[in-house]
Amino acid sequence: MQQFFVFVRKECYHIFRDKRTLLILFGMPLVLIILFGFAITNEIHHVQIAVLDESRDSYSQRLVQKMTASRYFTVNRYLASHKEIEPVFRQGDVKLVVVIPNKFGHAFHHDRKAAVQLLTDASDPNTATTLINYANAMIMQYQQELTGEIKLPLTITADVQMVYNPSLKGVFLFVPGVMTLILMLVSAMMTSITITREKELGTMEILLVSPLKPVMIIAGKVVPYIILSFIIALIILAMGTWVFAMPVKGSLLLLLLECVLFGLTALSLGILISSITNSQQTAMMISLMGLMLPTILLSGFVFPLESMPQPLQILANIIPAKWFNIILKDVMLKGAGLRHVWLPTLILSGMTVFFLAVSIRKFKTRLS
Amino acid sequence: MRTIFFILQKEFLQIFRNRSMLPIIFAVPVVQLLVLAFAANYEIKNLSIDIVDQDGGTWSRQLRDKLTASGYFSLYNQSASSAQAYEDLETGKADLILTIPRHFERDLVRDNEVRVQLLVNAINGSKAGLAAGYAGSILSDFNRRIRLDWLALDEDDAPAHFDISYRYWYNPDMNYKFFMVPGILVVLVTMIGAFLSGMNIVKEKEMGTIEQLNVTPIKKIHFITGKLLPFWIIALFELVFGLAVGKLVFNLPVVGNIGWVFLFAAVYLLVMLGLGLLISTFTETQQQSMFITWFFLIIFILMSGLFTPIESMPLWAQKITLLNPVAYFVKVIRMVMLKGSGWADINYYLGVMLAFAVALNGIAVWNYRKTV
Amino acid sequence: MNTHAIVTKDLTKRFGDFIATNAITFEVGQGEIFGFLGANGAGKTTAMRMLCGLLRPSSGEATVAGYDLYTQTEQIKKRIGYMSQKFSLYEDLTVKENIRFYGGIYGLSNQQIKQKTQELLARLQMEKEERQLVSSLPLGWKQKLSFSIAVLHDPSIVFLDEPTGGVDPITRRQFWDLIYESADKGVTIFVTTHYMDEAEYCNRISIMVDGKIKALDTPAGLKKQYNADSMNEVFLQLARAKS
Repeated sequence: MQQFFVFVRKECYHIFRDKRTLLILFGMPLVLIILFGFAITNEIHHVQIAVLDESRDSYSQRLVQKMTASRYFTVNRYLASHKEIEPVFRQGDVKLVVVIPNKFGHAFHHDRKAAVQLLTDASDPNTATTLINYANAMIMQYQQELTGEIKLPLTITADVQMVYNPSLKGVFLFVPGVMTLILMLVSAMMTSITITREKELGTMEILLVSPLKPVMIIAGKVVPYIILSFIIALIILAMGTWVFAMPVKGSLLLLLLECVLFGLTALSLGILISSITNSQQTAMMISLMGLMLPTILLSGFVFPLESMPQPLQILANIIPAKWFNIILKDVMLKGAGLRHVWLPTLILSGMTVFFLAVSIRKFKTRLS
Repeated sequence: MRTIFFILQKEFLQIFRNRSMLPIIFAVPVVQLLVLAFAANYEIKNLSIDIVDQDGGTWSRQLRDKLTASGYFSLYNQSASSAQAYEDLETGKADLILTIPRHFERDLVRDNEVRVQLLVNAINGSKAGLAAGYAGSILSDFNRRIRLDWLALDEDDAPAHFDISYRYWYNPDMNYKFFMVPGILVVLVTMIGAFLSGMNIVKEKEMGTIEQLNVTPIKKIHFITGKLLPFWIIALFELVFGLAVGKLVFNLPVVGNIGWVFLFAAVYLLVMLGLGLLISTFTETQQQSMFITWFFLIIFILMSGLFTPIESMPLWAQKITLLNPVAYFVKVIRMVMLKGSGWADINYYLGVMLAFAVALNGIAVWNYRKTV
Repeated sequence: MNTHAIVTKDLTKRFGDFIATNAITFEVGQGEIFGFLGANGAGKTTAMRMLCGLLRPSSGEATVAGYDLYTQTEQIKKRIGYMSQKFSLYEDLTVKENIRFYGGIYGLSNQQIKQKTQELLARLQMEKEERQLVSSLPLGWKQKLSFSIAVLHDPSIVFLDEPTGGVDPITRRQFWDLIYESADKGVTIFVTTHYMDEAEYCNRISIMVDGKIKALDTPAGLKKQYNADSMNEVFLQLARAKS
């Protein structure tokens, strides 16, 4: 056992001496969370619009004023004719053009119907939809102001409630996402690289002829990474709760245990990769292409799984990150207990055991 | 100049001899393009909805049909009790619940006003926002129809109102892939530019071969040019390749002159190669170089407007993106391909890129030392 | 007229507080085989890297091939060849491709490259292996190839940093034949080693201990001076004197 600790200490030296890598390991989650938390929101801010006001009466001016009084829209420029619309879109900054036809106020009062045209740059369809929604709401509000409290007959109103995340914070999605990503990076990628490095440098052979059992050697190599990844997970959790007021509705103990479980799953993947590769570069490439990309793409972290085609949704089932993401969201946001997340937990445990079993077999055949 | 030729020859020999390089150059981009284009799909359709219909009348049935016919929603479960629906929401089987109250029809006619409840799972905020938006507009559309039917109301008799019409330009079918694929091409080109070039130079350090080169009279600038040029060429080739795949698989529109995309890419790549070079000057191992590059790239890409629009960032963050080269290329490639922007529209951005390229490469070359 | 290939005066390199090379002063004549001996960490490699222009000296003066070490490193680089202790040809290129690359870097014409390649392969008897990847060659062959490439552009001085590390005695002998061959053509050879038997092959040797040159003479002269039978004994006496 004492030999084992000597070995663990050696690994810790390796890790803590490489300041640059360490800085990135700790810096990356911080930067990512801050970026996601503060910079990526679900609201629009200061979208540049252009106005083609053919009417130029007090009504049209009030309308434009109303729209720009919010921090949602900023008028980039006023257009003089329809011919200018196309070029202004092509320049790229303007995303919405409001066209107010001639005799706007007159039409409103006499014809009881005044046209407003909203043109959007729909090369980004979702932003276009959102812009239209916002602009629409503002115009309707102005209409209400003009007509006063005249209620239309037969009005259906919708009470919309955003449950689990009332203020639509993007960070609720990103905290679990960043967590999976970083745990994957530290536990899987770093371990696979460090083990293959020993192979590449030939130091693995020296260790293998030592009286330590191979299992102990591998364990010794990964223990520091388990600790490291657990610390990082704690940092992310702490930031999520204190800086972004992300709730932990479920049991904290359960949450931490699940983090350790996923850390182990990632580690076992790292060990598996190192058992089938011999060079750092290959290990890196496999980790990057085989682990990082699927973790980002198919875990439901950045992109909603439901809108993916069937084959990708099926594929996502073999990605551990998907299950961990489910656990995190359920425990943190919905307050689910083990009773609710037993299935993903079981799947993750099963994957861990499977990966470890395969890698032990691989190592054995290689050593004999 | 002859020196550069010799370095180029050597680099290409090494690149094409490396068995793991060829799949990276040819297979990975295709896979990435295909998977990303399908995965990075914010097209919010087929949201699963639970309808709790406590009224059970004709109108509530019409509302249900209208929702499911819109293409945005698919009915997951319909029941008269809310318990089941809440459970579906909790387990993530339903994205939203519409509750139509008892006496919906009667109250609407009698009181002229009735409330329905819409519960949206908002863990994914942007999705929830769009879902509520779609549901809201379908509902108000339904409301108008009912009003016309019931009151036999003529549009012209309605109280004074604004008649708002919408036009979605440049992508009338709202095809999200047309929007994503050009952006993914940027990622592709960026990866090759920044990752491979940086790692390539560090590899010579790691293998010790750089020392052998440093005692030769080779000029710093020749060496760097010879090292970077292959990746400049490969990355541009990737762009051609990716565009071809995009055209074949997704029938990607190219409204503008594709020449501008290549011109811009040529300058943009200088920026990315400069970044890789700069990173390689202060790292010792490929592992370090990869980590650092990865760190910068992930921030650049996430803040580029590729996946989440720049318009949804607060003003200070929007200002920061002015320093992000990826954001410029993402913007320009979409402008040219989807909107047909030309020289007059992109020259400013091209100028910015050029300034970036000069600055980054300047620092990198200055920081590169033939002595240790 | 400067007939010395290398002249140094008080050449010093410090890394922080550590003085790797402490005010060394020596001269190497044109066409001489100059051995640079010392235990590991004595400062041999640092001194050599300074002379090649890979490291900037902290203080002192030196000229290599008549050029100043501070201001004319690029001129120096055209006239020297270098072989480091770490094998540094490209393993993923073939023998011929390596030769062609280094020839090109040193500005040889295609005609020259072709001719030199043939000569080199003939001398090393490696004609059959010209299309093989360097990584597949045995270590001894690699070392001989490295040396031949280091003198490909007819430098006036060649620096060899422990060129025979890990090579069997027969190959080492062959390697020294190559060195003699070059020296006969008037090339100055500056070689570091810690094989004492190799020291005997040099015209003159200097022995470094703790960053300083402790002795400098012909092998015969040194043995006489220290009253020793072999270079090994000379070396041990010097090393012991230190402690």
